[in-house]
Order: sequence, then C-alpha cells, then structure tokens
Amino acid sequence: MNILHRFANPTRFQRLSKKIEPWVLVLMLLTMGSGLYFALFSSPVDYQQGHTVRIMYIHVPAAWMALFCYTAMAIAAAISLIWKHGLADIAVKATAPIGAAFTFLALVTGSLWGKPMWGTWWVWDARLTSVLVLFFLYLGYMALRDAFDDPARGAKSSAILVLVGFVNVPIIKFSVDWWNTLHQPASVIRMDGPTIHVDMLMPLLLMAFAFKFYYLWVMLVRIRQELMAQRIRALKHRQAIE
Amino acid sequence: MSGLSVILRREIRLALRHSTDSFMVVGFFVIAVVLFPFGVGPESNMLARIGPGVIWVAALLAAMLSMERLFQTDYEDGSLELLVLSPVPMELTVCAKVFVHWLTTGVPLILTAPLLALMMNVPFEAWPVMLASLALGTPVLSLIGAIGAALALGARRGGVLLSLLVLPLLIPVLIFAVGAIDAHLMGGGAKANLLLLGGVLLGALALAPWASAAALRQAVAS
Repeated sequence: MNILHRFANPTRFQRLSKKIEPWVLVLMLLTMGSGLYFALFSSPVDYQQGHTVRIMYIHVPAAWMALFCYTAMAIAAAISLIWKHGLADIAVKATAPIGAAFTFLALVTGSLWGKPMWGTWWVWDARLTSVLVLFFLYLGYMALRDAFDDPARGAKSSAILVLVGFVNVPIIKFSVDWWNTLHQPASVIRMDGPTIHVDMLMPLLLMAFAFKFYYLWVMLVRIRQELMAQRIRALKHRQAIE
Repeated sequence: MSGLSVILRREIRLALRHSTDSFMVVGFFVIAVVLFPFGVGPESNMLARIGPGVIWVAALLAAMLSMERLFQTDYEDGSLELLVLSPVPMELTVCAKVFVHWLTTGVPLILTAPLLALMMNVPFEAWPVMLASLALGTPVLSLIGAIGAALALGARRGGVLLSLLVLPLLIPVLIFAVGAIDAHLMGGGAKANLLLLGGVLLGALALAPWASAAALRQAVAS
C-alpha cells in the first residue's frame, strides 16, 4: 500500500512525471514512425483484402486501447473509491476522453474497412454493438462527472458508474466467441499463439505500443494540467475568502 | 426483518397514493406504441413484424420515464438519510423500493402489452413468449434503472442524464427479449434467449442493489 500512497503526493508525482514524460514522447514517436512505415509501405498485401488490410494496423490497436483505457479507468476508479486516492480519481478523469477517442477511432476505421470488405458500413452484430455501448459508457461517464455542482460528488458517482459499466468489457472481448458474428475472432491474443503472419504482426504490435505510449504521454500531461487547475481553484478560493 | 416490512409497507402506501404515476407510465407506453402505425404506415404485415420490438422499446422508455422519481422525493425531503441510518441494510431497502417500483410500473406494462399486441397485429402464438420476456425483463429495467437513479441523484438535468447512463446498459435486455419472440415466430424456439434473459435478471438482482446502495450512501454523505 505504501507505493500506492507514495505517489498520492501531487508534488512528488509531478516531479516524477516530468522526468518520465520526454522518454515516453520519444518512445511514442519512434514506435509510431516505424509502425506507420511498416504498416503503410513495408508490409505484405493481404491475398483477399488487398491494401484495405492496412486499415487494420490502426483499427486493431485502437480497439485494444478502447478496452485497455476502460479497464484502466475501472481499476483507478476502484482505487479512488476504496482508498480515497486523489490521483487515481484524476487518472480516471484524464483517461475518459482518450478512451472515448480511441473507441470512436475503432468504430470509424472499422466502418471504413467494413464497406469494401463486408459491403456495408455497419452491421448490428455482437462485437460492434457492444463496442458502441462502450462508447456510450465513456460519454455517460463524462456527462455524469460534470453534472454536479459539487465536484467531489461527481467524482464518486461517476466512479461507481465506471465499475458498473465494467461488465461490458468481458462481453466485448468474448462477443466474437459467444455469438456467430460477422466480425472475425481474435487472431493475435489466443491460447495457441497468434495466427497472423509475422510480417503483419510486427507493424501491428509496433502500432499497439505507439498507441500505449501516446496514451501514457497524454495522460501524464492531462494529470499535471488537472493538478494545476486544482491548485488555481484552491488559490482563487483562498483569495475570495480573504 | 420487521424493519424491512415497515419500509416495504411505506413504499406500497406511497405508491398507492401516487397512483397517477403508474397511469402516466401506461399512458406513455400506449401513446408511444400507437405512434408507430402512423409513422411506418398501417400495413398489418409490417406492424406484425415490428410489433414485438416496438412494444419492447416503448416499455423500456416508459420504465425510464418513471425511474427518476425512485429516490428523488426521498432525497429531497431527507427521508433518504434516515433510510441510510436505519438498521435495515441499504441493499435490502433498495430491493424493497425496486420491487415496489416494478409492481407499480413493470406489472401495469405487462398487463397493457396484450392490448397493444392486438393493435399491432402481433400473431397470437407469440403472445406467451412476449409476456414471458416482459415478465423476465421488466424487473431488470427497474434494477438497473435504480443504479442510474441513485447515481444521478441531485445532478443537473437528472432525467436526461439517467437515460444516457441506463439505456446503453439495457441494450442486452432488449436484444434477448426481442430475440426470444423472433426466434419463436421463426420456429427456432425461444428457450435459449429466455434463459439468457433470466441470467441477466439473476445477475442484475445479485449486483444492482449493491451498486445502488453504494451510490445512495455517497449521495447522502456529500
């Protein structure tokens, strides 16, 4: 528990995050640059899908991030509810728009891929519907968080909502196994190893890491900005009292 | 247990005194369904095809309409604080309130559904499955709606917010319920979907009271 509360101290966190941030940024640019190069130029064309397969290098990592961000939010929300950890609460708030953006990206790229491949922009199968619900959960979180005059109330209420909505995450993950969907089943994270060729797997993983680093970078920036906003609010409050 | 029965009796008495609430829910349900023949045209084959789905969506929205008031009055007049402080666990109090909410909205909706099914030309052989799906599904609406109602307590524009929070979570209920009716009409048998719906009900029954109680406690605390 010590390690949890060590970084509840905003000053200590800010000092650490300033040190980490440039490294994260460099890693993000490296993985994103090489990932995009391999994905767009130096990876084989699929024998069925042609060049449209390249959409996958954005779509799949974005969809992973959509789930990853929500899981991160649920863990942080649990920590903030159980141990009243201030930074965990800010982390939930900072993650929500990023997760929503990745979910939106996954939906849009999936739709762009679906038109040439499935012949339709959208189908109501289990995977697509459950991801759409995830998008609504992100929006609902942000709406609920801002709906109260008392920010502390909004933080707690929305943290409970995040935990309730977590039931959707396993449903999304396993929707392609439980139902007969148009969406193809998992081909990278499976018990018997990936079924995707290594030339395609490498750009995919590079992009996945690029998105992870991007998330980490934006989150550090957003958390520091939120801490600063809190400090300004506190100063203004004190000024108003005096 | 006597504390719980007191709460239960209080809720029923309050619900009976505000019986117009139930009538409004049923009224909304009927009007929302009646709009569809005008919207899509009165062709009876088409109405029979979309009827079960329309009835279910309207029931979902009608139940949402009444959800906001579930804890609102208790929150405003301060009795919610007493309920939290009482020796009866908040989870059980939530169960009692949800049960009475289901009695005063879910049951009237189920009772009205056959009339609307008649007007929408839904084939008679689908009626038992439709009623079974409503019987299994409407308690889930009350249970999950209670979470939303507790979370949005005291929020600005609580009613709209409540719908935004709860409706996405209710999509599985709609899918399984209408899936059961459609599967029955296609001759595939409704059992699988009804079992899934029952599973959703049991899951909601096990988890929703805890989430609502947690939300209510922090609503009262701040």
